[in-house]
Amino acid sequence: MSETAGMHAGHVEAYESPLTPESWGKLGMWVFLVGDAMSFGTLLAGYGAIRYGSADWPKPYDVLGIWLTAGMTLLLIVSSVWMVKGLAAIQRNDYAAFRKFIGLTILGGAVFLGCQAYEWNKLIFHEDLGFTGNPYGASLFGTTFFIITGFHGMHVTGGVIYLLCILLRGMSGAYSANNYSPVEIAGLYWHFVDLVWIMVFTFVYLI
Amino acid sequence: MAEHHSESLYMKIFYYLLALTILEILVALPTYATWVKAILLIGMALGKASLVAMFFMHLRFERLTLGVIAFTPLVICVFLVFMLAPDLGAIAHKTTVPVKQTTGVKH
Repeated sequence: MSETAGMHAGHVEAYESPLTPESWGKLGMWVFLVGDAMSFGTLLAGYGAIRYGSADWPKPYDVLGIWLTAGMTLLLIVSSVWMVKGLAAIQRNDYAAFRKFIGLTILGGAVFLGCQAYEWNKLIFHEDLGFTGNPYGASLFGTTFFIITGFHGMHVTGGVIYLLCILLRGMSGAYSANNYSPVEIAGLYWHFVDLVWIMVFTFVYLI
Repeated sequence: MAEHHSESLYMKIFYYLLALTILEILVALPTYATWVKAILLIGMALGKASLVAMFFMHLRFERLTLGVIAFTPLVICVFLVFMLAPDLGAIAHKTTVPVKQTTGVKH
């Protein structure tokens, strides 16, 4: 039957990713990110619920301060720009620029983690903000703070390791203008981490 | 999509994000009523998040269905907040401010 003859082509069509025809991996990353967004969304909704129900929630900017984290926010935004520049570089086979910008992105993530370590150290050991109690008010203030920023920090750590792998594979010539999908997919993850921090910064530090 | 995006567009988005971040800090600094701050800040944060998703994550250039899927968590989380609202109202009503020694707040 003619259907049999056309089956092979149909077969290939059927296995093309439905929403992102150029790459299955990209669809996979999007599915993961949507799930991950639910995790963060639930954490932030829970945070809002606990905070609204609390009568003695401290004012975050009194305890946490916002200048360091404003700088960290800026750093993540800049690292996102470096990430898109790194992707643009590999898309035009510019390996030197690819290494430079992906390297800078990793550096941005690492500095962010350093700032977070400094901040946690300051809050825990010098300002008595504990996981289960603090002198400023509701004990859940510390709990929610450490869970949400910690969960995000783990994502940044994962992103730094992920991008290091991308950089090392890129340096061995794995990517080019014809094969940049893994770089783009890693970029999606990195921008998502940036996006989540924008929300965390707003809910946990600013409001 | 396979099309390459101009780097000037990315820089433009960066300046928008920078401006919104500065604006956020300006709103957070003075002591407006919490609900005013909350509305302004959440609005600006959603604006920033949209810019990152639409342009850095190329959602603007992807198929609409992918955008709808990516948008779903936000809808569900807003729904979650409304589902929690009756409970929250009850808690906020019952919670009394505990009388406690205010230890000197640093800063």
